[in-house]
Amino acid sequence: MPQFSHTVGPITHQFADLKDLLAKATPLRSGDLLAGVAAQSTEQRVVAQMALAELPLRAFLDHVLVPYETDEITRLIIDEHDAHAFAAISHLTVGDFRNWLLNDATTSDVLAAVAPGITPEMAAAVSKIMRNQDMILVAKKCRVVTAFRDTIGLEGRLATRLQPNHPTDDASGIAASLLDGLLYGCGDAVFGINPATDNVPQVINLVSMMAEIISRYQIPTQSCVLTHVTNTIAAIERGAPVDLVFQSIAGTEAANRSFGIDLALLGEARSAALSLQRGTVGDNVMYFETGQGSALSANAHFGVDQQTCEARAYAVARKFKPLLVNTVVGFIGPEYLYDGKQIIRAGLEDHFCAKLLGLPMGCDVCYTNHAEADQNDMDNLLTLLATAGCNFVMGIPGSDDIMLNYQTTSFHDALYVRRVLGLRPAPEFEAWLQQTQIFSNDALFRLHDGLPPVFGDALRRLA
Amino acid sequence: MMSDPFCEKDPLASPVTDNPWQTLRRFTSARIALGRAGVSLPTQPQLAFQLAHAQARDAVHLALDAEGLQQQLRDAGIPGAADSHILHSAAADRLTYLQRPDWGRRLGEASRQALLAATAADDAAYDIGFVIADGLSALAIANNAVPFLATLQQRIAARGWRQAPLAIVRQGRVAVGDEVGSLLRTRLVVVLIGERPGLSSPDSMGLYISWMPRVGMSDAERNCISNVRPGGMRYEEAAYRLDYLLTEAQQRQLTGVQLKDESAHQVVLDTPAAPASLSFLTPP
Repeated sequence: MPQFSHTVGPITHQFADLKDLLAKATPLRSGDLLAGVAAQSTEQRVVAQMALAELPLRAFLDHVLVPYETDEITRLIIDEHDAHAFAAISHLTVGDFRNWLLNDATTSDVLAAVAPGITPEMAAAVSKIMRNQDMILVAKKCRVVTAFRDTIGLEGRLATRLQPNHPTDDASGIAASLLDGLLYGCGDAVFGINPATDNVPQVINLVSMMAEIISRYQIPTQSCVLTHVTNTIAAIERGAPVDLVFQSIAGTEAANRSFGIDLALLGEARSAALSLQRGTVGDNVMYFETGQGSALSANAHFGVDQQTCEARAYAVARKFKPLLVNTVVGFIGPEYLYDGKQIIRAGLEDHFCAKLLGLPMGCDVCYTNHAEADQNDMDNLLTLLATAGCNFVMGIPGSDDIMLNYQTTSFHDALYVRRVLGLRPAPEFEAWLQQTQIFSNDALFRLHDGLPPVFGDALRRLA
Repeated sequence: MMSDPFCEKDPLASPVTDNPWQTLRRFTSARIALGRAGVSLPTQPQLAFQLAHAQARDAVHLALDAEGLQQQLRDAGIPGAADSHILHSAAADRLTYLQRPDWGRRLGEASRQALLAATAADDAAYDIGFVIADGLSALAIANNAVPFLATLQQRIAARGWRQAPLAIVRQGRVAVGDEVGSLLRTRLVVVLIGERPGLSSPDSMGLYISWMPRVGMSDAERNCISNVRPGGMRYEEAAYRLDYLLTEAQQRQLTGVQLKDESAHQVVLDTPAAPASLSFLTPP
């Protein structure tokens, strides 16, 4: 039994157990204050980080945070841990792990080989003693490539989810935002709609509508309706052309139960989507969304800090080989992430931890109007994440989601970050953008200054 | 001679490239066809966004004029206004409120004692009580609470329900209505609350209904009607839906998930079938 304590000068600081140590070591955020697990002083926080740095990585295999007997996520983490992959880092403390991750000899290939040996708790722990730049540097070394109708996550590329939400799911309203996005070069990660009316017939309508557009214009991308997994399974059973299965997931069995899911249900959904064989260049069929605070929000956090709970959700995601994982970082509100500073830190943590665990992480760089955040904070996080090699971000007209009432990154924002960092879309989608004359052929991300001919007919019919 | 379609026209003449698909704005209030300066947002839509955000931010931080609201409710003759209560949640101020949703769900001790004292005098019980809380937009309450309640009364007056004194709660969240409702001894409580402001809707009001309200109820035990405002769900429609839910709740003695499904089904019947999966992009 390791001692969860640390001595600075004459004072020895005691921490009750491993989850207490992790929580106290977590950079300040409102959700941990709300849960009553945060450090009681700034000094205590740093002392906890010092204690954490001395902890062997093995401790996370010996001391689970949520009981093994009652939590299937803990069982998943422990039972499917790859001891062989872990061997390369098994001798390290958390502090040494940070140094090892930053070391030049730890290349993309090394990180990919070790990923199955890293548990969510190890990733969360090391992130707590890393600065933002550390997480950016290491995440950039991690490459996670997935594919369905195009290939996402390649070096030097950034994809976008086109999010054409409409408050009443009006087909032409959705199509208008979708076309606007395409004409700005967005949509290679997925066309993803959050439905306003959440029932099976509506899901089938929206899936069919997007499938028709993808087919008619031969767009190398995939569609998804962000509805409950049981609705998607029902839609597949009724013959709907489903590309990706969506589900929100969290890091404890109890939190997932509050979402109405468990691992078996997710496995059933993945099998159903795979059976349709709709992918052309790959078979990653799952789209997961996560976000710090969801376990606490469901009162299912068991005293574990919100960032560690979040990392545990990635164990769930990893089991089902997703095409996309999206941390919706600023959506939950200021009681979990109070301001731009906390949102930015959380976005970088989520991206880093997920990449370290081998997941195709993207980020909904976003905020609500009751958070102390604004467009400048989003510019900062977008630029930092794109620098870190984030797989995808959202694209929405003018940053304003008129259905969900929050702000996320716009079509214009994606072009800004392409220009600044030279990040290209997924290769298949980029070829389509050039072939349709939406983009110029020179990888300078220049847009057609009029209407690309491919959509001329559709617009002329409206005139 | 073919010109390069990707090369901007004379930037001295106009540094903004308009989008020739502005006709699509007829289909959505989304910020589409904004045009671009280079690849960036032109100045006009950039500042229009900033204004909308500023209005939404101001709505979050606007203080509820509870006394003024109380007077308006009395002037409008809303039942329960005469002996209405002004209460405060356990969240002392807006900054605390934003970070401690648990405190916004409970009455402050002084308000709790005051309400206990006010209801101790008799053992009156009620069929329904209305709790008006600022929530995340006092603007929503200031704009919508009185005219909506007036519209609703026209619909429910004939039902003969015993209506409890109105309660106005500062720094309140939805669940504070459960505590107020239980202290007032009302079988149904309806919370009118300012919703999280969106950029295009800083004054949306939500309605939450609980049967046999008590502290500690879960969200799944409530029904909700959202986006009540002249530019969203009109008062008449919201009053129709609420009356339906209240009547059903009285008959079936419950609120929550079981009730929700059937009311939703009912509403579908009222609206024309949505165009299925066709849009202008994929005509038949």
